[in-house]
Formats: sequence, C-alpha cells, structure tokens
Amino acid sequence: MNVFDITDLNLWYGKFQALQNINMSASEAEITALIGPSGCGKSTLLKTLNRMNDLVPGCRVTGSVCLSGMDIYGNLNVNDLRKRVGMVFQKPNPFPMSVYDNIAFGPRTHGVKSRYALDEAVENSLKAAAIWDEVKDRLRKSALGLSGGQQQRLCIARALAVKPEVLLLDEPTSALDPISTGKIEELLLELKNDYSIIIVTHNMQQATRISDQTAFFLLGEMIEYDSTEKIFSMPQDKRTEDYVTGRFG
Amino acid sequence: MRGHFDDELAKLNNSLIEMGALIEDAIARAARALENQDVETARGVLAGDDRIDDKEKEIESRCLRLLIGQHPVARDFRQISTALKMITDMERIGDQAADICEICLELSGRPYIPKLEPSPLMADATMRMVTRSIDAYVKKDADLAQDVIESDDDVDRLYLAVRAELIDLVHEDPANGEQAFDLMQIAKYFERIGDHACNIAEWVIFFLTGRHKDQQVF
Repeated sequence: MNVFDITDLNLWYGKFQALQNINMSASEAEITALIGPSGCGKSTLLKTLNRMNDLVPGCRVTGSVCLSGMDIYGNLNVNDLRKRVGMVFQKPNPFPMSVYDNIAFGPRTHGVKSRYALDEAVENSLKAAAIWDEVKDRLRKSALGLSGGQQQRLCIARALAVKPEVLLLDEPTSALDPISTGKIEELLLELKNDYSIIIVTHNMQQATRISDQTAFFLLGEMIEYDSTEKIFSMPQDKRTEDYVTGRFG
Repeated sequence: MRGHFDDELAKLNNSLIEMGALIEDAIARAARALENQDVETARGVLAGDDRIDDKEKEIESRCLRLLIGQHPVARDFRQISTALKMITDMERIGDQAADICEICLELSGRPYIPKLEPSPLMADATMRMVTRSIDAYVKKDADLAQDVIESDDDVDRLYLAVRAELIDLVHEDPANGEQAFDLMQIAKYFERIGDHACNIAEWVIFFLTGRHKDQQVF
C-alpha cells in the first residue's frame, strides 16, 4: 500500500520552478531514496511532504500530495501532518536540554502529561533508535554532550516519540563518520518494518545499501524512479546512467 | 571527473582483447597441429597456455581492484562483472586448445587411418564462434553475440555427426578403436569450446542489455 501518492506536483519559489510535474508513490514499509545533484529538487520534495516549504516566503504548490489517501494540502491540519510525518535533518540538531526532555518534547507538545506515559515514550523511542543502552544512565544530562552519531540517533528517537507513520531524512549521515553512518543505516533497515522512510542522500553507496526504491532528480524533474537494484544496474535513462556512474553531478 | 576510472576501463578492455587474441591463436594452432600432425606447433600451444593463465589472473585482479576502488554501478558494473565472467570461459578455452594438443602429441608418429582424418569443420566452426564472441564484446554488438549463441547448434550437430561416423568406423574394424577414441575426445573438446564461446556471448548480452539467458537479472 502507498503511504504517499504525489500527482502532478509543481512547486515555485517566487518565479523559480523548483519541482516540475512530479508523479510518484512511496510504499509502506520501504525505504525510498531520492538522489540527484545539488539543486535538483530532492530536498524541496522532501520538505513538501510535511509542508515545511509553507514557511518559505513566495513558495507556491500545485498538484496533490496524498498521505494514505488524504491530500496534505487540503483539509489536513499541519500539526497533525507533522506528527504523522517526522523529519530528521542533515546536521544533528538536539535541543539544548536533557536527553529525556529532547525525546519528551514532542509528546508533551501533543498534550501527553502523565509521567508514566512520558517515561515509556522516552524509553521506547530511544530503544527503537538503538541508542537506549548508550544514554539510559545519562537521561538527565544535556543532549549536547553526545557524539555526532549519538545526537543523530537521538534526533531519530525524537522523531519516533510522536509515533509517526513516515520518517523523512535529509542526508542524515553526511556529517557522520563511517561507524556512526553504519549504525544509522542499520537502524533505518530495522525501522522500515514499522515506518515508511524517505531519505535524501548524496551517497550513492548508501542508497544501494539501504533503499528499496530510488528516484533520480535533475533540474526539478524526476527523471527515473524504479527499484534501487534496477537504477544502479540497468538504468533506463541515459541521464540517470551518467549521474550514477559519476559522469556529471 | 572520472578520467582515471575511464583509463582503467580502457586498460581492462585492452587486456580482454589481448587475452581474446591469445586464445584465438591457441585454437588456430591446435587445429593446424591436429591437421598436419605438427608436433612443434602442438608443443608451442602447450607452452603458451601459461600466458593465457597469467592474462586471466591479471584481468581478474584488475577487475577486483576496480570493484573495491570504484564501486562501479550501472554500465560500469555490468562491464566489469562481464569481464570477470568472460575470462573464466576464455581460460577454459585455452585449456581445451592445450588438451587437444596433448592428444596430438599422443597421436604423433602414427599416421591417421584413412577415412579417420579429423574433420576441419568443427575446428573452423568453433574458432569462428570464439572470434565472434570476443568481437561482440569489443564492438558492443548484441546481435552478433546472439548469432554466436545460435550457431552453437551447428557445432553440436557437427559433433554428433563426427561421433556417428567414428562409431561406424569402429564397427567396421575394431582396430580403428584407439585412434577413433582419441579423435572423439578431440571432437568433444571442440564442442566444449563452442559452449564456452556461447557463455561469453551470453555475458556480452548481459553487459549490453542487463539480460542473461533471456532473464532480466535486475
């Protein structure tokens, strides 16, 4: 079943058209990778999926983006949308507060007050993000004291704490060393059983290692969308072939 | 941007062409040695097999270095994996040319029994298959590779004809048996060379289309 159905999506920043007639779907329990050179529109598309572009002045969107059949630019409340579609950014951005408060932030914002419920959400989220063992004895200490890789897993845990359906990740490992990158990739492969994941990555090997489907973007257009195996072994479009083999980009 | 990688792929291509030339030469000389009972030529093929083996190792390590160093994808990945698969068959073709020459040495000093002389048809047909399978790789010609695959049936028919003929000759005179057996083995080696050329052609098609033996691999 599709978690996202994107139909005839166009997006402008002022007069500049950043996305052109995008049509694609993302399936449940799969990792979808968005690849392409800088400025191709992949991060813009990611931000469109939880309406973060609403904050950009002059941004205009046409077409439809449906989350489990509901148009997110229609009647869906933006706060509800962002609860259902979590986002993790390139640079780990823990809040300047304790590990516990970072994770409890989302549930509290959505009205959870019970101490027991918050404790449970914090523990479950940290366990799901494979960082519980590393932080369980320092829940009350500042999250800023964690390593970069730990901070990024904390951010994933923070996104999971509000029980989203989809996790959007914008180059989540580009600032991390190979070991931390490996841990995040393992984590995403675990998480995909319970969450749909859409990831923007510049790392082609990462896309081949973890994603099920890959979409290649160029100058705001989606050039090719197919199984990751197909994109990296037998792409149909010469522009995809040239990009993945490093002939441009 | 990928100048070094392209240079390395060009070197890989050249090495494959060189290995192709070595095996074509080995089969041609094996056929000549067989036809003329030419001991010197047969010994030359046997001595030259090491060069083919060395070439296989060189190409293999070139491919492995490219896999680890370049993480090839798409066409590059298909080209390098095709090269890795092709050289196994090419090396076996070299071995079979050498095996034919070993039997030639066994047969030396004993003139061929009339009517039992080895038919040059199988040698010609398999040699053409090998040459064209390598050509298909060099020219990136999937149609030519497909022709090679289809011509394997002709070689199989020639093999069965030679086999039937040799059986008849043994029935006629059991004294023909020893030489007939040796010639039968040679015919089998040529038939296997045809199979290896076929394998090469199948991998060339994979390189060019992503399909192997009519199956979409990815």
